[in-house]
Amino acid sequence: MTMTGAQVLVKALEDHGVTTIFGYPGAANAPIYDVLAGSKIRHILTRHEQGAAHAASGYARATGEVGVCMATSGPGATNLITGIATAYMDSIPIIAITGQVSTEVIGRDVFQEVDITGATAPFCKHNYLVKNSKDLSRIIHEAFHIASTGRPGPVLIDMPIDIQLGEAEYDEHKEPDIRGYKPTYKGHALQLKRIAEAIAQSSRPVICAGGGVISSAASDELLELVEKVGIPVTSTLMGIGSIPGDHPLFLGMLGSHGVSTANQAVNKADLLIIMGARAADRATGNTDKFAKQAKIIHIDIDPAEIGKNLGTHIPIVGDIKIVLQQLKKYLVSDYKKEWVDTVTEWKNKQLLKNADSINADDGAYVNPKYVLSVLSDLTKGDAILTTEVGQNQIWAANHYRTIYPGSFITSGGLGTMGYGLPAAIGAKIGRPDKTVIVVSGDGSFQMSMQELATIKQWNVDIKIILFNNERLGMVRELQKIKYKGKYFAVTLEGSPDFIKLAAAYGLPGEKVTKNSEVRNALSRALQNKGTYIVEFTVDPEESTL
Amino acid sequence: MPKHTLSVLVENHAGVLSRVAGLFSRRGFNIDSLAVGVTEDPNVSRMTIIVDGDDYTVEQVTKQLNKLIDVIKIRRLNPEESVQRELALIKVNATSATRSEIIQIVDIFRANIVDVSKNTLTIEMTGSEDKIAAFEEMLKQFGIKEMVRTGMIAIERGNKIIKAEASGDNGSVNGTVDE
Ligand SMILES: Cc1ncc(C[n+]2csc(CCOP(=O)(O)OP(=O)(O)O)c2C)c(N)n1
Ligand SMILES: [Mg+2]
Repeated sequence: MTMTGAQVLVKALEDHGVTTIFGYPGAANAPIYDVLAGSKIRHILTRHEQGAAHAASGYARATGEVGVCMATSGPGATNLITGIATAYMDSIPIIAITGQVSTEVIGRDVFQEVDITGATAPFCKHNYLVKNSKDLSRIIHEAFHIASTGRPGPVLIDMPIDIQLGEAEYDEHKEPDIRGYKPTYKGHALQLKRIAEAIAQSSRPVICAGGGVISSAASDELLELVEKVGIPVTSTLMGIGSIPGDHPLFLGMLGSHGVSTANQAVNKADLLIIMGARAADRATGNTDKFAKQAKIIHIDIDPAEIGKNLGTHIPIVGDIKIVLQQLKKYLVSDYKKEWVDTVTEWKNKQLLKNADSINADDGAYVNPKYVLSVLSDLTKGDAILTTEVGQNQIWAANHYRTIYPGSFITSGGLGTMGYGLPAAIGAKIGRPDKTVIVVSGDGSFQMSMQELATIKQWNVDIKIILFNNERLGMVRELQKIKYKGKYFAVTLEGSPDFIKLAAAYGLPGEKVTKNSEVRNALSRALQNKGTYIVEFTVDPEESTL
Repeated sequence: MPKHTLSVLVENHAGVLSRVAGLFSRRGFNIDSLAVGVTEDPNVSRMTIIVDGDDYTVEQVTKQLNKLIDVIKIRRLNPEESVQRELALIKVNATSATRSEIIQIVDIFRANIVDVSKNTLTIEMTGSEDKIAAFEEMLKQFGIKEMVRTGMIAIERGNKIIKAEASGDNGSVNGTVDE
C-alpha cells in the first residue's frame, strides 16, 4: 500500500504503542497534523514547544515509556531545545519530531528554516534529518530503539515537508540492527567476582544510587543487596526514590546540597559503590577530597561515565538490574552490623536535629520544609512529585519523603527552571491513576505558567505547591554567601497575584501565610477534583539547607 | 603531550564528520589532524585522528566517540606496529640559481615535482611526520610560498585488519565480555 511520509510516521508511532503526543503545529508539520487528526493517538496542545518537550519527559519518567513531542520547523524546533537538553542530561527517553523545510531548499535560509539536527547534536543521543523517503520507516524504528535502550536519551527526527507529503513505504519490522550501537547489558564475570570480594573485605561500604537505578528498574535488586549485606545508601538528586525514603539504611542525598550524614558516610567509607550515576560535581564536590578512604566501584551502562569524573578501582559496564542479579551468585559477605550501627546512630542524631530545626510555629512566613514534611505525611509517598529548580527543588529533595522509584521527577543535570509544571502535566497524562504534585518557586513558575491553559484545556489534575519568596531565592542566597550580600536582579517585583492568575484560567487555589494552615490547605488541594494551587508565603531569608 | 593515532570506522553518510568534529570541540579535546576517506566498503569511511593528550584524554576520546551511533569501531594504533603517512604539497621559490639544488633535495627525499613555473616548483611529498618536517626544513631556505597537508593516515602492519563487521563491542572499554 502506498502511503505518504506523514502516514508512515503516524502508523509507526501507533505501532510503537504511542498513545499521546505533546506538540504544537505550524506550516512545516501540517501534513503530520492532517494525519494525526484521524489517528487514535491523543495530541496534547501545549502553550509553548518547550512545555511539550518537558511534558514528554515527565510522561516518560512517570510511565517508563518513550515520550513523544512534536514541533514545526524553525522557531518551533528551537523552542524544543531546552527540553531536549534537559532530557539528555537526565538520560530520559524522548523522541522529538520536527517539521523541516523542503529538502530541495535546505541550506538556503528559507522561511522558518533552521539546522535543528546541527543545533541539537551535542545534546541528543542521536538525531536524523530524513532526506529520503525510503529511509523513513527504518529511522523511526531506530529512533525508538536508540532512545529507549542502553543509556536512554532524546532522539530527534527532522522531517522535511516534501518527505511528509511524498510517497513512502512502511516496513513494520521494528527491531533494527545498528552496527555502531550495541549496548552492553551483562556485567563481566571477572569484575563481578572482584566486586563481591571487595564487598566482603570492606568494613564500611556505602552505595551511591543514581538515576540509572531508576531507569533500569533495579530498586528491588538494590534493596535486596542493601539488606542482605547491610550497606547504607545515599543517592544523587536523580537517584531519589531508588530506595524508599523511609528505609532505615537510606541516608538521604549526598553532595553540596545534600544531607550531612550522607556526606559523612561517604567520607568515612572504605568502599563506595556508585550505581548509575555520573559522579557529577554537585554530588562529589572537589573530587580530590571525595571519598578519599574508599575503594571505588562504578557500575554504569555507559562506559564513558566510568572514570570520567572519578578514578575507579573496579569498573563494570552493564545494566544495573542485570549486574545486581548476576552479583548475587558471587556474594559471600557477612552482614556489616558494626558499620550499620554506627551509621544508624549518625542518622538518628541527624533526624532529631532536623525535627528541631523544622519550625512549625506561626510567624510572618510559612516554613517550606515543614510544608514538605506535612505533604509526605499526607501522601505517604503515594504520589508523583515534580519540582522546579532553585531552593524549592532542594527543599523537596531533602524534606519530601519519596518512597517509590520514578515518583520524584526533577531536572537534575541541567537544572532547568520551568521544567516542573509541564513535566507534571506529562506525568499526570501518563499516569492518570496517580496524584501528581509540582513543587514550584515563583521564578520558575513564571517560566512555564502559560501551561495553565494546557491544564485547563485537557482537564489535567495537578496539585501546584508554589513557594513564593518574591525572589530568585537560590541565586539570592548565592549572592548573600559568595558576593557579600550584594543583591542584584533577584527580586521578582511585578509578579502577578498567582491565585487570581489561576482563577483567570478557571483553576481554584488559595494562599497560605501561616504554618498552622498548612495541613488543611494541603488536604484541600489533595482532595480537590482537579487542579488546585496553594501558594505559600516564604521568607526570602529561608536557607536552602 | 604525547600523540596518539586513532583509526575510526564510521558510517559513510552525511553529517558524520560534523558529529565527530563537534564532539572534539565541545569536549575540549585537541586534535592534531583528522583525515577521512571511504574504505574498501563504500558504506564505511575511515577516519584517522591524531589526538594530542594524556592517557585519560585518549580514553575519554575513545569512549565518547564510541557513543556516537555512526561510529562503528575504533582502534588505537601502536606507532611501532603501524605505517603512518601524510601527503604534503609544497610550492617553493625557485630561480635558475636554486632550481637544481632543490631538485637534488627532492631526489634525496624521494619526493616528486608535480608542477613547474618560471619562479616556483611544486613538490609532492609523502612520508611520516618527521620526514615531512625534515623536508620542510630543507626547503625553508628557498622560501616556501604555500604548503598544504592531508593529515596523517595510518594502517597496521602485518595481517591485522580493522573490519566494520566484526563489531558488537560498542564501548566495551572496561572489559565486558560475556560470562
Ligand atoms: C532556565 C534557567 N535560568 C536560570 C537559572 C538559574 N537559577 C537557578 S535557581 C534560580 C532561582 C529560581 O527561583 P525560584 O523558582 O523562585 O526558586 P527559589 O530558589 O526562590 O525557590 C535561578 C534563576 C536556571 N536554573 N534555569
Ligand atoms: Mg522564589
